[in-house]
Amino acid sequence: MTTTPAQDHTTEHTLDVKGLLCPLPVIRTQDQIRALQTGDLLVVLATDPGTMYDIPSWCRIHGHDLVASARDGRLCSFTIRVQKTAGAPK
Amino acid sequence: MAEQRRAVALISGGLDSMLAARVVMGQGVHVEGVNFFTGFCVEGHTHAIREPRGTRPKRNNALWVAEQLGVKLHIIDVIEEYKDVLLNPRHGYGANMNPCLDCKIFMVRKARELFIESSFMSDHGFDFIVTGEVVGQRPMSQRKQTMPVIARDSGATDRLLRPLSARNLPETMPEREGWVRREQLFGFSGRDRKPQIALARQLGFDDWAQPAGGCCFLTDQNYSKKLVDLWQARGDRSYELDDIMLLKVGRHLRPAPHYKLIIGREEGENEYLRGYQYCMTSIEPISHMGPMCLIDGTPTPVDLALAARLVARYSQGREAESVSLEIRLADGSGEVVTAIPLPAEELPSAWHV
Repeated sequence: MTTTPAQDHTTEHTLDVKGLLCPLPVIRTQDQIRALQTGDLLVVLATDPGTMYDIPSWCRIHGHDLVASARDGRLCSFTIRVQKTAGAPK
Repeated sequence: MAEQRRAVALISGGLDSMLAARVVMGQGVHVEGVNFFTGFCVEGHTHAIREPRGTRPKRNNALWVAEQLGVKLHIIDVIEEYKDVLLNPRHGYGANMNPCLDCKIFMVRKARELFIESSFMSDHGFDFIVTGEVVGQRPMSQRKQTMPVIARDSGATDRLLRPLSARNLPETMPEREGWVRREQLFGFSGRDRKPQIALARQLGFDDWAQPAGGCCFLTDQNYSKKLVDLWQARGDRSYELDDIMLLKVGRHLRPAPHYKLIIGREEGENEYLRGYQYCMTSIEPISHMGPMCLIDGTPTPVDLALAARLVARYSQGREAESVSLEIRLADGSGEVVTAIPLPAEELPSAWHV
């Protein structure tokens, strides 16, 4: 994982899970976010097309903001803003 | 106002665990889900490798169930810990290499350790564990005699509640303490799915996953044969994640004990196998369309020549006089060879794992 300070004083992290198949990209994202702070940004890079469903789904049920998602050929990318205080959706 | 109780539900992605969690939620209990990834789960990987035409959604059904229920789902990597369950099951195997009873004990124990005894997975502890088990539904792990064994050997004891079968079982702590009302739980038993389907409709569900053959590759006869073949060939009952992943992919041919071929059956598998070219010898046709093949083991040059003929046999050049193929070693070096496709009658059925 790489970490860079973002301009708005949040910290941006990058998680490379290319080559892993679901649910491992979700597990690695979940484990990484557990170590981050509210407001931090996590960029996840994956190649399993299943992540296009699973990572947004995981963000929704845990209350994290999926700021952006995109697919370019085999590469799937997600930008997640961490919300540690969020509860499960009602 | 009574304190809201908290339960962790084992969510497989199938119907029973979804219903069990929903029944307990309906009694005012806060529920979060947990899903353990052993490496043998049918969920996820297989969908990602195959079905490139998108005939089925490439979704993880446990996550999908959690969304339907509106609960958090914690997915836990237990690949390393699970090896001991598979290699040394105290209660033995089922019809294939499935250690179902030990597996269930392991998962309930992990849920107890992570959620009941520790607040590692959440800011708050949990009071009890919920599973979708139904008495008599599975021949090994879900029998009347084995369900108490799971509660005892997992250490969960009477903090383990099976809402779909609770009325066939002794009263548990959540019932005794009034956290849930026993009369609003169920007494399902046997393999008939009609009661669950009726309950699903009653609770407003109109969609659920129905995995043919269960949620674990270890219950699959062909998969189990490949696993045993792997151990026999290596003389060692050990495995890594890549080993068990590759058993899910392609047709496996073993012409000799010291090597086997893994041949992709469609483009999704070919693409997946290409990801291993950096660490395994591979063969791929270049003069004709054809499959990606990995070689597992220590083939000699003579073996590779035979392997090239086998790969040619599965290419679109199978009727051609010869097929050109690239043999590539793990270090990136390679050579182009010409091979005569092996006729079907020269391919012994015993080579198919």
